[in-house]
Amino acid sequence: MTGVSPQNFDEMKDAGGDTRPAYGDYCNWYDQQDAALLKRKDAEADESFRRTGITFNVYGEDEAEERLIPFDMVPRIITAPEWRRLTRGIEQRVRALNAFLYDLYHRQEIIRAGRLPERLLRGNEAWLQNMVGLAPPGGVYTHIVGIDLVRTGPDDFFVLEDNARTPSGVSYMLENRETMMAMFPDLFSKVAVEPVSNYPRRLARSLAACVPPKFEGGRKVNVAVLTPGIFNSAYFEHAFLADQMGAELVEGSDLRVVGGKVQMRTTRGFEPVDVLYRRVDDDYLDPLTFEPDSVLGVPGIMDVYRDGGITIANAPGTGVADDKAIYSFMPEIVEFYTGEKPLLPNVETWRCADQESLKYVLDNLEELVVKEVHGSGGYGMLIGPTATKKEIKEFRAKLEANPMNYIAQPTLSLSTCPIYTSKGLSPRHVDLRPFVLVSPNGIEITPGGLTRVALKRGSLVVNSSQGGGTKDTWVLKD
Amino acid sequence: MLGRTANGLFWMFRYLERAENTGRLLDAGLRMALTRDIQTAEEEWRSVISTLGLKAIYEASNDGYDGTSVWNFVLRDKANPANVREMMGAVRSNARTARTNLSSQAWEAVNENWMKLDKLLSRPVSQNGVGEVITRLRRTGTQVHGAMDGTMLRNEGYHFGRAGTFIERAESTARILDMKYYLLLPALSYVGSSLDSGQWEQVLRSVAGASAYSWLNAGQIEARGIVQFLVLDDSFPRSLAFCRNALRTNLGELARLHNKEGSSNDLMREADSRISDLSVDAIFDQGLHQFLTDFMARNAAIGNAIANDYRFLA
Repeated sequence: MTGVSPQNFDEMKDAGGDTRPAYGDYCNWYDQQDAALLKRKDAEADESFRRTGITFNVYGEDEAEERLIPFDMVPRIITAPEWRRLTRGIEQRVRALNAFLYDLYHRQEIIRAGRLPERLLRGNEAWLQNMVGLAPPGGVYTHIVGIDLVRTGPDDFFVLEDNARTPSGVSYMLENRETMMAMFPDLFSKVAVEPVSNYPRRLARSLAACVPPKFEGGRKVNVAVLTPGIFNSAYFEHAFLADQMGAELVEGSDLRVVGGKVQMRTTRGFEPVDVLYRRVDDDYLDPLTFEPDSVLGVPGIMDVYRDGGITIANAPGTGVADDKAIYSFMPEIVEFYTGEKPLLPNVETWRCADQESLKYVLDNLEELVVKEVHGSGGYGMLIGPTATKKEIKEFRAKLEANPMNYIAQPTLSLSTCPIYTSKGLSPRHVDLRPFVLVSPNGIEITPGGLTRVALKRGSLVVNSSQGGGTKDTWVLKD
Repeated sequence: MLGRTANGLFWMFRYLERAENTGRLLDAGLRMALTRDIQTAEEEWRSVISTLGLKAIYEASNDGYDGTSVWNFVLRDKANPANVREMMGAVRSNARTARTNLSSQAWEAVNENWMKLDKLLSRPVSQNGVGEVITRLRRTGTQVHGAMDGTMLRNEGYHFGRAGTFIERAESTARILDMKYYLLLPALSYVGSSLDSGQWEQVLRSVAGASAYSWLNAGQIEARGIVQFLVLDDSFPRSLAFCRNALRTNLGELARLHNKEGSSNDLMREADSRISDLSVDAIFDQGLHQFLTDFMARNAAIGNAIANDYRFLA
């Protein structure tokens, strides 16, 4: 399944080469554009991203160099009916995720009912014993969720991954749209696209709706974004969101527990923080409770949290649900908590912890994608069809040594969407991450999301850390 | 606003000012070197290094004072921790720290110019290239201040930034004057002596005041006129009096916005009482060097008091 073969579902053209309905208006517009103008616009886009400083740092390189995530100017377009169907599935899944997290940290009915093996929790690095019995404010565990979707056919969307911990990339969703509107204003007058720009306002509102029980009222709810600092790979996004929400952007050194509240050091003295949108991992959140050497967190914040003095978003311990072994149980999980069949299917997954599955996986390594259960960012995985014999051999050894640590999936024939190249449009594989906000008032899904695109022809890896790019994502108005 | 953010804004503007002033100093040195004999040129480059307080570390890694060595040392040499490339890096990282309190235009002005300068300074700067660097440094200051002036709320963040600008600028002008005072006036009586006008023109150039001075003094270059201009003339934006006035306004606004005066306001008043109603004669009677030393110490003390009053650091 390497390369772009005819059996790939293409978002723009059907098998007969005709334009699909989603792209009708866009293609009419595109065909009328001057080739030289498109070329110039393409070059300008890069310049504009650099100027605004939308960069990320790549880990593991010599100097923490700032790079741009390449932006492609051909939008990924979704029709209104397609989007409605997706949102129903996403909403159901996110509801189930929150109910599941509540259950895991309370009575564990799903384990008692024999629907989820207990060992999955014991081996799960993201499990937080400190969260047991603790109900987060408003009952919300995942205030912000990113659900990674892939498509293989006209009606075939699958969930590839749940990001319940700290999904990133929403700033690209917003900036990609801004850039597109600045580049091609006339295009937006010809095609009616659902706006995404109210995401920061919705986020602010959604977070402010999760006030901690001890919030005394009588003043505005103070929301702050906690960042590890300017050297973090996603600092741009942290600053961007804080700025757009009108929230303070704080670091651990700005915060201190004073009088039973988490307070930030302002030019006027200490002021309380009520809701903390943290972009710092659980382990670093509180040196008194977790990693003792952490300087990124706030000593004592977990005590305040337990005491109802602050809301932490997302709640500590939600990473449990990002685990790929848990993922493989999501269909059961959705059914267990909602009483409904999942509207959005999982990708078929073999748990290497099971003897039989392991045997199958070992026998078919050349055709499968094998992932670490705790991995993310496209690291530590094997893509069988494109791997060399040596890579497969090495991976086989790792897999045999620790089968619990892996799951395997078929190599999906991901849909393609054209990108702009100097030689014209050329199809590349894409995925989609819609962003979901959860508050006691309900679930909101911004129409659109982040479309990641593999820039190498035939490549299935869309992660920005490995050379993927992004596209503006359109949901058409009815 | 967070104390750390206030600190970021204050230092962003200090470093910006410092980088720009360093550029002007090099510009003036370059000008002298091009118009004078080799020996004078060498003296000029030596004085540029001394003015920047880099003599010891410069001489540790360089044999002589030629232009190329000096400007590369000042602009980009890693042996010089206060090189301009580092300063611009500090401008940008402080701007990133304070990003949520900068308008996007101000941020983009910083970021865009940083990208250009960082590239220019990534390799040795030749005789033909140094002019471009100096122009870019000047333009950076102009663009950032312009964006700030046109797009930023006049809230505390604005005043922290401006306070940084004027503390740094006053320090720079005082330092340049102090250095040239030693070099040029050791034995001269100040009244009516004929001065090396080229040297003083260089001083004026390094504070962007050459043409303004000429307008005011009809081309007459003499010590009293220069001290009057650089110290006491409150219409010249790089004079000590101007910087003091501006800083007083910013500190007053900060106190008003916080409904509270701090030790920085007290120190400001005290410093004011030393400079108001001062005449050139009085300065020379006291000794220009003593005057400048006292000025710089008070200037630095006000900077520290701001950091304290507004909880810049944990």
